[in-house]
Amino acid sequence: MNQPDALPDPEAPFAEPWHAQIFALTHRLAQSGHYTWPEWAARFARQRATSAASGADDGDATYYEDWLATFEQLLIDKKLADAQALAALKAAWTQAYIETPHGRPVLIKEPAN
Amino acid sequence: MSGDHHHHDDHDHDHHHHGSVTHSHLPSDPALRVKAMETLLTQKGLVDPAALDALIDAYKNRIGPQNGAKVVARAWSDPAFRTALMADATKAIDAMGFTGLQGEHMVAVENTDETHNVVVCTLCSCYPWSVLGIPPVWYKSEAYRSRVVIDPRGVLREFGVDIPETKQVKVWDSTAEIRYLVIPQRPQGAEGFSEEQLAALVTRDSMVGTGLAKQPGA
Repeated sequence: MNQPDALPDPEAPFAEPWHAQIFALTHRLAQSGHYTWPEWAARFARQRATSAASGADDGDATYYEDWLATFEQLLIDKKLADAQALAALKAAWTQAYIETPHGRPVLIKEPAN
Repeated sequence: MSGDHHHHDDHDHDHHHHGSVTHSHLPSDPALRVKAMETLLTQKGLVDPAALDALIDAYKNRIGPQNGAKVVARAWSDPAFRTALMADATKAIDAMGFTGLQGEHMVAVENTDETHNVVVCTLCSCYPWSVLGIPPVWYKSEAYRSRVVIDPRGVLREFGVDIPETKQVKVWDSTAEIRYLVIPQRPQGAEGFSEEQLAALVTRDSMVGTGLAKQPGA
């Protein structure tokens, strides 16, 4: 009786800003009907099983890496994004972070479509 | 294991080499991939950044176990609400203003002198978001998901909850469609408490079944 909870409470809901961003992206696209939540969950469960079987670390970092891998593939399979465009934008963001002096807002040049 | 007092400094010192120009801190690879997705989906008009921010803000600041605690406190104090909650939790919880993200169906499972309930999602991390928010790290771990179904009493003991052998333990496996909320037993000594006072006794873990409600004055 009167045992403290096993983990500190309250916990931050998201350890990294990108965890929150991908959570929101995944929910918004399901809410707008691009896939159903059970469809997302089935894919995510497969990815989680694969990573557990491969002996990946059982922590939050692996959890969100699995989420990211599942979501990227889902976007590509649903033709909501293509791998080339994602790679180009990732390169643009990387470049912008490297070139922007500290303290200035980091912005990318919109690549010409 | 004995303590190792030798200092092998391989991991103890991070040498940060700063160049002459301090540029913005480069985010991690996954963070950059997510930025790329968000940019592309925004450019295509598939998501609205303001809606994403609103969703994140809600989950950081307004949606969490404090919502579930209000549901439990009302179930403890209002017999008509308790009946409605046990009959149709989705509707009863929705009426309190706690609406799910994806139309998931809610089921309330009540702890009694005979039965202790505990919730898991064996496949991924399905969780009653509208009342508990984002699941804790342990809920998402393979260790919890695989072990609580095989040895629930052992896992509960690790959480400091000892369920006597005379009490049945039921494990509920959540899915994308059905989410469970445990209604813990009302502690002794909280007679005459207001709903607000009762809600303060309801912990997140008690609503997953890996904890019990707090004792008044504890």
